[in-house]
Amino acid sequence: MSANLSSMLFLITGVLFILALRGLSSPETSRMGNFFGITGMILAIVVSILSVDIFFSNLIYFIIALSVGGIAGSIIAFKIPMTAMPQLVAGFHSLVGLAAVLVAISAYYSPDSFGLGAFQNIKTASIIEMGLGVSIGAITFTGSIIAFMKLQGLMPGSPITFPGQHYLNALLGILIISLIGYLAVNQSTQIFWMLVVASILIGFLIIIPIGGADMPVVISMLNSYSGWAAAGIGFTLENTALIITGALVGSSGAILSYIMCKGMNRSFLNVILGGFGTDSTSNNTKEKTEQKPVKSGNAEDAAFLMKNASSVIIVPGYGMAVAQAQHALREMVDKLKKNDVKVSYAIHPVAGRMPGHMNVLLAEANVPYDEVFELDDINNDFANTDVAYVIGANDVTNPVAKTDPKSPIFGMPILDVEKCQSVLFVKRSMSPGYAGVDNELFYRDNTLMLFADAKKMTENIVKYL
Amino acid sequence: MEIDPFIFRLSIFILSIFIGYFVVWSVTPSLHTPLMSVTNAISSVIIVGAIIASFSSLDGSSISFSNILGFIAVTLAAINIFGGFLVTQRMLQMYKKKKKNK
Repeated sequence: MSANLSSMLFLITGVLFILALRGLSSPETSRMGNFFGITGMILAIVVSILSVDIFFSNLIYFIIALSVGGIAGSIIAFKIPMTAMPQLVAGFHSLVGLAAVLVAISAYYSPDSFGLGAFQNIKTASIIEMGLGVSIGAITFTGSIIAFMKLQGLMPGSPITFPGQHYLNALLGILIISLIGYLAVNQSTQIFWMLVVASILIGFLIIIPIGGADMPVVISMLNSYSGWAAAGIGFTLENTALIITGALVGSSGAILSYIMCKGMNRSFLNVILGGFGTDSTSNNTKEKTEQKPVKSGNAEDAAFLMKNASSVIIVPGYGMAVAQAQHALREMVDKLKKNDVKVSYAIHPVAGRMPGHMNVLLAEANVPYDEVFELDDINNDFANTDVAYVIGANDVTNPVAKTDPKSPIFGMPILDVEKCQSVLFVKRSMSPGYAGVDNELFYRDNTLMLFADAKKMTENIVKYL
Repeated sequence: MEIDPFIFRLSIFILSIFIGYFVVWSVTPSLHTPLMSVTNAISSVIIVGAIIASFSSLDGSSISFSNILGFIAVTLAAINIFGGFLVTQRMLQMYKKKKKNK
């Protein structure tokens, strides 16, 4: 296939990918969008196979590699529970990162096949692009593995910090930039591998200090990195499809990171530097807890309150995902609707462990998406609502974010559940949320605490309805 | 004076960032999780590099180090492509509108 024709077809791939993302602007068009994405990918694969000189021995291995990967990917896609989406996406990011690293290493050792010159005599621009691609790819790879392990519970979700951490990271960052510069000059194998190792190391180091509830930002950020890595490789290979896709994915991840940071009213730098929620505020909270009285109730009370209400807003959080309570919740809502109670759902931007996590779980439980509202769209309705049912959420409802400038969550947009006539809080204990801040809503007269596992409590309420 | 092809690629790159910016802002927040899984799937278009690596050879007989890296990269990218698109499809099928009462 001529180079001009294949470039044209790669451009079409890029356009199809743009349409794939465009489709996601509404659930109706999204399935069509995914179809465009798949078509674009098939086109890209066919064009690249037709552009290389195929020879039989390697073709067999190639087909085996493609089938093994394809079958493994399909099995994962069908088996994975929706609650595990954050770690799945993190795991997938690490694969993109590693693939980018492998392609860059391969291009470094056989530049002639990629049309980049001869071994250790690669065009200067190409070696710099290659260096950037391999470095960002390696950071994405190890960073995503750490994120995956934290989300999967294979390592503690709490931040891991040590003295001099930021200096070490800064030093490694400078080292990586100098290595890329040095590589452009002498192209030695040692420098190339030093760059790979330094990038692998920094990927690990930048993610360990970030705590579990900041994972929405981390996953979005790694999403962005995987895009930039693909773009870097795209420049090396002079491939339009990769450059366009890398830019799309890179900016998509960056926007999601921005939305998540805004949802917590924290700067991106503050999240990345990590160590949030480890200060000593938890001691103070304990004392306060003992002094103030808390009203706690059982499933029967909750059922009575909601049955006699005319409107209920459900506020789900990460706890709902952990307890897998979304199906029980839907059952409860169905019963309420039979009693002519108006029910809607309110989702905070950072609820869950990844952007849109709660929406997917509710969709899985057959909750129609037009009953689910974002913070800005529903926040004014709380004042006219009888009952707020908060299930597995905490910090995102804490009014202290509006009143106490000293609080670590001050300025964070919150769901105004305190404006409801009564608030039901399903929680396992009085422990403060991720930010380590006591939630003063627990002590209000119109709050009823339901101490139980989110799923069990919801199932019990269903029985009393 | 001739323009370096790099400049053309850079132009495509910069303009694509802007396209990405506007397209992604128009994505509805309830579909942010499928957005992440689909961007993940499309970034596996890096498989085009893996395909070149898989068939890079001077004489077309022995399997080189680059070939082996290429095969591994093809496997990883394939996991992502199949896994990413299928899981996105699975999620999107769950999003349903309210059924109207008859």
